[in-house]
Order: sequence, then C-alpha cells, then structure tokens
Amino acid sequence: MLITCPYCGPRDVIEFTYQGDGNRERPQPASQNLDAWNAYVYDRLNPAGDHNEIWQHSGGCRAHLRVVRNTITHEILSTEFARGGHKSTDSRAEGRS
Amino acid sequence: MSPRRAETGGRIDRLRTIRFTFDGAPYTGYAGDTLASALLANGVTLFGRSFKYHRPRGLLAAGVEEPNALVTVLRGEVREPNIPATMVEIYDGLVAVSQNRTPSLAWDIGAINQLGGKILSAGFYYKTFMGPVIGPLKGTRFWMFCEHFIRRAAGLGKAGTAPDPARYERMNAFCDVLVVGSGPAGLMAAKAAADQGARVILADLEANLGGSANWSGETIDGMPAADWAQRLAAQLAGNDNVRLLPRTTVWGYYDGNTLAALERVTDHKEVAAKGEPRQRYWAIRAGTVVLATGSFERPLVFPGNDRPGVMLAHAAERYANEYGVLPGQRIALFTNNDSAYRSAVALKKAGAAVVAIVDVRGDVSNEMRRLASDAEAELLAGHAVIATEGGKALTGLKVQRFDATSGVLSGDERSIHADSLLMSGGWSPTIHLASQAGAKAEWDPARQAFLPPKPTQRWTGAGAFTGSFSTAEAIAEGRAAGLQAAGGAASSAPLPVVEAAPGDPDPAPVFEIKAKGKSFVDFQHDVTAEDVRLAHREGFISVEHLKRYTTLGMATDQGKNSNVPGLAIMAEALGKPIPEVGTTRFRPPYTAVSIGSLAAERFGDLKPERLTPMHDWHITNGARMYSAGLWYRPMIYGLPGETVEQAYVREARATRESAGIVDVSTLGKIAVQGPDAAEFLDRVYTNMFSTLAVGKARYGLMLREDGLAFDDGTTWRLGEQEFLMTTTTANAGKVMQHLEYFLDVIWPELKVTVTSVTDEWAGAAIGGPNARAILASCVTGTAVDNATLPFMGIVHGQIAGVPVMICRLSFSGEMAFEVYSGAGYGTRVWEALIEAGKPFGLVTYGLEALGTMRIEKGHVTGAEIDGRTTARDLHLDWMLSKKKPFIGSAMMDREGLIAPDRLELVGLIALDNRPLNGGGHIVEELDEANPHASLGHITACCYSPALGKHIALALVKGGEARHGTRAFVSDPLRNRFGPVEIVSNHFYDPDGSRMHG
Ligand SMILES: [Zn+2]
Repeated sequence: MLITCPYCGPRDVIEFTYQGDGNRERPQPASQNLDAWNAYVYDRLNPAGDHNEIWQHSGGCRAHLRVVRNTITHEILSTEFARGGHKSTDSRAEGRS
Repeated sequence: MSPRRAETGGRIDRLRTIRFTFDGAPYTGYAGDTLASALLANGVTLFGRSFKYHRPRGLLAAGVEEPNALVTVLRGEVREPNIPATMVEIYDGLVAVSQNRTPSLAWDIGAINQLGGKILSAGFYYKTFMGPVIGPLKGTRFWMFCEHFIRRAAGLGKAGTAPDPARYERMNAFCDVLVVGSGPAGLMAAKAAADQGARVILADLEANLGGSANWSGETIDGMPAADWAQRLAAQLAGNDNVRLLPRTTVWGYYDGNTLAALERVTDHKEVAAKGEPRQRYWAIRAGTVVLATGSFERPLVFPGNDRPGVMLAHAAERYANEYGVLPGQRIALFTNNDSAYRSAVALKKAGAAVVAIVDVRGDVSNEMRRLASDAEAELLAGHAVIATEGGKALTGLKVQRFDATSGVLSGDERSIHADSLLMSGGWSPTIHLASQAGAKAEWDPARQAFLPPKPTQRWTGAGAFTGSFSTAEAIAEGRAAGLQAAGGAASSAPLPVVEAAPGDPDPAPVFEIKAKGKSFVDFQHDVTAEDVRLAHREGFISVEHLKRYTTLGMATDQGKNSNVPGLAIMAEALGKPIPEVGTTRFRPPYTAVSIGSLAAERFGDLKPERLTPMHDWHITNGARMYSAGLWYRPMIYGLPGETVEQAYVREARATRESAGIVDVSTLGKIAVQGPDAAEFLDRVYTNMFSTLAVGKARYGLMLREDGLAFDDGTTWRLGEQEFLMTTTTANAGKVMQHLEYFLDVIWPELKVTVTSVTDEWAGAAIGGPNARAILASCVTGTAVDNATLPFMGIVHGQIAGVPVMICRLSFSGEMAFEVYSGAGYGTRVWEALIEAGKPFGLVTYGLEALGTMRIEKGHVTGAEIDGRTTARDLHLDWMLSKKKPFIGSAMMDREGLIAPDRLELVGLIALDNRPLNGGGHIVEELDEANPHASLGHITACCYSPALGKHIALALVKGGEARHGTRAFVSDPLRNRFGPVEIVSNHFYDPDGSRMHG
C-alpha cells in the first residue's frame, strides 16, 4: 500500500502510523456531555468500503493526514493534511513511481 | 549413456557431464537436467514414499506441481527438505536424499500402513486419538502424546537444525508492466510492452525462459518453438527497459499491485560467485501485471493411479522433448481430452512404442484418430483404465469398456503390457495469483475448469491462464495484453505463425473411474476418492470443512493437481454442480518460500541502540549497563567484589549523605514553541502552565482522553513563548505523537510547534546535601544560591566553558539540580562535575540507586502509571486543575474511575525483614495453600538504606484507609509469603525539607 503524502509524495505504508477513525468529533473542551465524550473516545466506524482515516507520516514529515481508504480494496482515494490545505487525489500514484 | 536417454534431442548439453548423488548413490546427468530428468534417465523410477500409506511413488509431473518426488538437498550441515526433484537443477557435487522412508526407499517399514488402508482413512487421526474421557491422557492430551510418533511416521522431509549460513537479499523493484510466466504468451506480452517503451520485468519460475515452447515440439515462424522463444528472450535481454528474472517464482499478489517473488540465485550452482546471495526476495510494485502463468494438466482418478510409472502426459512429453529422456519404452495413454494425442505422437517421435491410447470418450474425432495412427497406437475409444500392475515400477494396466455419460464400466477386462502410463484429465489454468488478488474464479463448463474472471485490479491475462490452450491463441493474447498493459493501441500487424497439432481444448467431464482399489486425488497427502466420499457421508458438506477433514489440497503443493478432481468428486457426492460446491481461495505463497529470504538482511537484534553522550565514560568507569527500551543506562557503578545490592545501597546512601550524580540524558525532551504554547500546555497538562513565570519549571501530569494517567515530567518555561517539556524515558515517543496529533487534528488553530530535542541535550542530575556546593565550585556566569536559584528555578551559566542550563528540581528527594548542556559537550560537563565533586565524595549512581531513592520518596513511574491508574489512585489529584478543561478532564470523573474500592498507591514495609518482589500480591490473611483474594500488587521494591528496611510501592484496594494496618504479601510463584505494614508512599522526608533546603 502506498500513501501519497502531500508533502513527501507516494510513500510505503511502513512509514505511516494509523491514528484511527477520522470521523470522530471531539466535543468542545469544556463540554460535560458524557455521551458525546464516550462516543468520541470509544465509538469507531468500521465500514466495508470508503473510510475516512487519520494517518501520521511518522517515518517522514510527521504530518497527520486525512486519508480516504477503501477498506475492501485498500485503495487510497485521497490524502490531505489534517490541518487542511494541500490535497492529493492522485490515486494513480499507488503502484506507479 | 543410459537406456532411457535418447542419443539426440532435448535442450541439455551432452558435452557437459554433471556428477551428483541421490540417497548416497553416485549418478551422472547433463548440464540442463533437473534432478528428476537425470534420475529418470538413469532408470530410477522410485522417488519417494507417500505421506500416510508409505506407498512407492514415482514422478507424476515435470514442473513445480510435482507432488511425489520431494527430496531434501544437503549443503554441508544445512538441509532443505520438500523440494520437488523437478525443480532441482543438478550441479557437480549435488547431494540429494529421498524422504519419508525407513531405512531406505526400496525397503520401507512404514509401507505396512498400506495393509491398514481401511483404518487410515479420512479423519482417522481425529477419531482415534481423541483419547479416553477421563484419566491422565484424557481428550486431546492423548493426541498430543501420540502426535510425536505419528508425525515421525507420517510426514515429509525433516528440516535441519544447523544455522543457515547462506546470505539472502531483499530487493524493491518498480516497473510499468510485470509479466509472470515466459511461455509464448508471456514473451509476446513482454515484447509488446517493451516496444512501447514501458519498463518491463519478466519473471519465470523455470531456469529457461520459454515455458511450453521449450517442449511443445511445435513450430513458430518456421523454426522450432524453443528456438523461437530463445531468440525472443535474447532480444528482450538486450533491451535496457527489460529485466529478465529466470528462476524467479512470483508467489504473492498483494494490495496496490505489489507482488512478492523469490529468485533462486545460486541454488543451481556448485559455488556461488562472489557477493551472490543464495536467494533474492523481490518486492515488485507493478503498474500493470500480465498473468501468463499457463495451466496444469490434471491427473485422472482411477485405481492404482499413483503407481511409479503413471505420469501426466505432458510431463512425459516434456521429459522427451526438453531433456531427451523417455519415461518408458512401452507407453500407454489414458485421457479424457485431445491433448494426450499430441503427447503420444511426440513420444513416438522420441523413440518409444505407444501401445495404446485409452480414451473415455466413445466419440473421438477423425483428427485424433489420425494422430493415434501417426503414433502407431491402438485406440481404445470408450474405454477406461481400471487398474495398474507392478510394484515399484509399472508392468501393465487393465482396461474395460466405459460409458463417459453414465460412468458405467462393462465388458471384459483386458490387460495391456506397458512400463509407462500417461494420463490427461484435462487442464486447469494456473489462476493462483489472480485468486490471491481477490478475483473469484468462474467455472467454465466447456473447459471443465475454473477460469479467471474479468480483472478488477490492474492485471490482465493471456494464454492458457485464460483457458486459451493453443499456442496461436497464447501469442495473440500475449501481444494484446502487453500492448494494453503498456497503454499502447491494439495492433493489427501479422502475428508469428504457429504450426501445431490440432485439438479440441474441451475435455469430457470425466474425473474418476470408480473401480476396486485406491484411487488417489491428492497424491502428496494420500487422499483417495473414497476419503472424499467418506467425509461427505460423515456430514462434511462445505468445501472448506472437507479440505480440513481429509487434508485434501493442504500439502506443500497446495492441491495444484488435486483441487479440481477433488471438487468434482465432492460435487458428485453432494449431487450438486461443481460451481455450487465452490472453490477455495488461493493464498500466498504459491510455492514454499524460505524464511531466510523473507528476513533477508533483517536478522539478529534489529533494534537501534540509543546511547547517551556520556555512554563511553560510563563504560570506562565501570558501569554495568542495563537496557531500558532502546536506551542503555548505567545500572550500578560497582566496586570490585560488590553485589548489585551492595552497590546501589552504597550509591544511594552516599548521595543522601553527601552527593551523587546520575545521567538523565534519556528523559524525553520536547521543545514547545509559539504564541499559543502556554495555552496548549494548559490543555495538555492537568495543571496550569500559563501562570508559570519565565525561568521557572513546574511538575506536570498528563491524562489520556479516557481520563487515565498518561505521563508526567517537568516543563521549563525558557521564554514567554518557549517551553522545554520533559517526559519519562519510556513515553518520550508516545507523548510526542500525542502532542502532534492534537496540534494537527484537534486544534489546528493553535500556533504552536513541537520539536523532539531529546538527542540535542545531555543531562546530569546532581543531588545531595553537598550538591549546591559542588555546583558553586564549578559553575561560572551565575550564582546558584537559594535566592538566584530557588526550588524549580532555572539559571544559565557555564561549566568548563560550556554553556549550561541548570534547573533546581529533585527526583531523589535531596537538594538537587539538573544540568543540561549541548549533547556534544555532555561528557566534558559531566567530567567537570565529577572533578568538582571529588572533595565532597561525589558518587556516580545508576538506575538501581535512582529507583531506590524514588521509592523512598514515593514518586510514581511507568510501573504505577500503568494505563489502569487515575491521578486520584496515585494521590496526584492535587494536580487536577478545576479552573480549566484539559485532555481527560471530562472522562476522569466517570463512576468507575472514582469508585472507593479502586487500587491506590501505598507504601509497604516488610515486617519479616526479607526482600519483597515486584508483582507479588497483597492479601488480608495468609493462607499459602489457598491464597485469598488479592487486594492489590507490588509495583516496585528495594532495600531502603534510608530506612534500613525492605520496602515497596504497591497498588492496594482502599489504600489510604489501610495506612498503619497489617497485611501479607502472597507470592506463590516465588514462594514469598510474609507480613507487611501498609504505610504512606512517602517513606522518606515527607514534607520535602531536604530538597527545599
Ligand atoms: Zn510526509
């Protein structure tokens, strides 16, 4: 599996660390809504298909990326910095060089 | 040279004689021979004993799918078992031995199992060895007891125990087009793609590129197919954008068009060239893959089909055409399709007498009848073989009339004298890689085979792989696939012209002849047609269950021969069509892969070693080192004759009495910088950092999102927007990732950067009553008195001319300072401190003394912050700010995390004056035979020189309420029982007067 880091280009998955479901929404810091906190801390989507995920390029630039990955085919549909900004949708990069 | 080797023909080099041994006997062959072809040429018919019944077995195939002739190759002390003799290229000095026989291949004691055929049927082991319901060998224990003996009797080759001295290599390769298989289809695909300018890799598991062209005897463009293939391969070899990989098995097809291949670089050589690895593991990332992997001929299932001398028809053709070896002099063929007729003609041409062609089909085409008469063979249409005769070699067969539609045998039995019986049960495309890539095979009723479906990934197929069995089709499909893979337009240029024997690719749907005797489906695992039916009768109706119960297709050949016949027999038993029974998905590896090649250069201890700047000094000065994660840290600086305990007690005592110094460079250090740095730390730590003055440090605690304790450490405010955070040694990486995650994902609006600076700083902690005096005598540029450097204060100065940063903080509980300098000057500063400490009796101390003093002080580390404890459990609730939210603040007050019966941090004193053990449990009443429920456990322990007692930290239920009470340690594993007193975790100087000075 190759993930195209917007900064470093297409890199092997071995350089990345999976940082979990990217759909989780953290409640406002002062929120006392325990259900919302509970959902944020413990609930994870587990779709068979396209999934929003957070990956850190821990063996590279260390940026966190939002990655859309198909959990069945492992195809990477898009990657972008979690902070926003540059987005890469070049899924052809996977397997090419 | 031998009765079976023809004078001419084949693609061997008759001028180069090769000498080797098999089972200790010397043999010769020619360069280009495999072990199988060379032994066959020498008249060897017996190659192995079967797995379960120890039946004599000969060669079934000529290629990678060979199930019977498995050998062990010896190189010095190293033995590699279970290699098909068909895949071993002979070299001078090759030593190979047969397997699964005692004491010899010809006289095998295990063959007695043949007499017990009935009891060794499917599931025999499961049924027999479940054992009695009671007693010492009850249930599966009995199996475990018997297994040792059974595994010795039934089995394949034995792996060696000597270390493998061979070198293996791993290569990463990238290409636009990977072509797997170098038959006519693969060669054409590679050529077409290369001509488009694509970067091409062409891999084939055989030594010679060409695939079936090497033995088909066909003519392509007016020349022998083998010459045509060689010419094309030579052209490809001259292309800069083509890499040819012979002897390379592509064995795995993974996500993202990543394929794994194994190249056998020197297995065929007597001596490897300088620098050559034994095998090379290729990880290939391909833009597109062309699968031109060909097909396997299937055996027919009939009584005695495993007797030495019974062989696949194409294999005999290949031995004759490629190696100039005839498998017999009087050959009979048994077929359900046309391809065997071509084999008959080829063997006739090579000099054998073809005595009969037995065809299950009553209706044989005129073209085939012509081929039969070309071979001068008697054609027995509408007949079947019902038995074979002979012992370790075939002497004849019996045939009877057969109705292919009903499967009914009739009429008189007739015996035919033959020393070789060649069978063809149709062809199965080699779809393993496509299946690995996720494709579900589709049953084709005409071909009676599973064909690859339309590709969903970036692969395309060509030739026999797609069910197109003729060479002309393979050439056309190969070129089209190559062009498509390289992004080229379809070509209408003329294709190479093939002259080949005619033949209908569709076989009759006959897989088994039901007659008396053992009819083998899986040769390697000794599974018979009756075993499959028995499994069905016993209720196994899923193909996956059937596989596991009978072990069909689960041997080292993974059912390359047996898969389809097994399914067909099962389908018949179930009364269902084959596609409804389904096929199992193929998994990597396609063939056995050496573990050495997977590891390649990555063996031994691969962890990097992290050494502090003062590492060499520690070694020179007698430190005994201790590995802590990746770090190496001094455990003790022992004096001659000292035990570890004596050393740490001396070091700790000296520190509390005068001064001690310890290397703390391993602490995680993170620079937190930016306009929002203080705000960020307020959110990350449970306590407040925005109120911290510049030039001061503060102890901080972090929680996880779920409210449990995560890490602690001091953070120093070096400027309005600049902090230096320290973390525990063990959590440095995790904390860094935690901070990065929150800045990137949760709070991208915060203007903060975090940088790991652990390796930039050397740190020394100097503590004890004389620590300040020592510092004062060597630091310049700043005072270190109480006014200038109060508790938690930071100053900048120089030691030995090196800029240093000094923070007054204490882990030991003494008046103590952490001195940080640039890592490159760490030893210089360290040595200056040691020198300055000499008049004061300064000692160096290691992790043991460090731990001892922290236990005496009751500080927590990773042993207590173990992912299950909260701040309250550790009596750190005073650090939980109520003025602000922080990570974990919302979750930390959940019911279960504030329950009164939680484990809390306490101190323990051993009342029997004996050492305590980490992990020992605390109980209310002592009962060594029947330990009571645990109240908690010991997390850290030591002998305390300050208290003169054996003490420990522990996590104990309702801890604080138990202070001053008695309990017992119960540690049955180490047989340590005894009374303890539960006390506060602050054993020593609880009000901190020593460190505040
Ligand atoms: Zn990157």
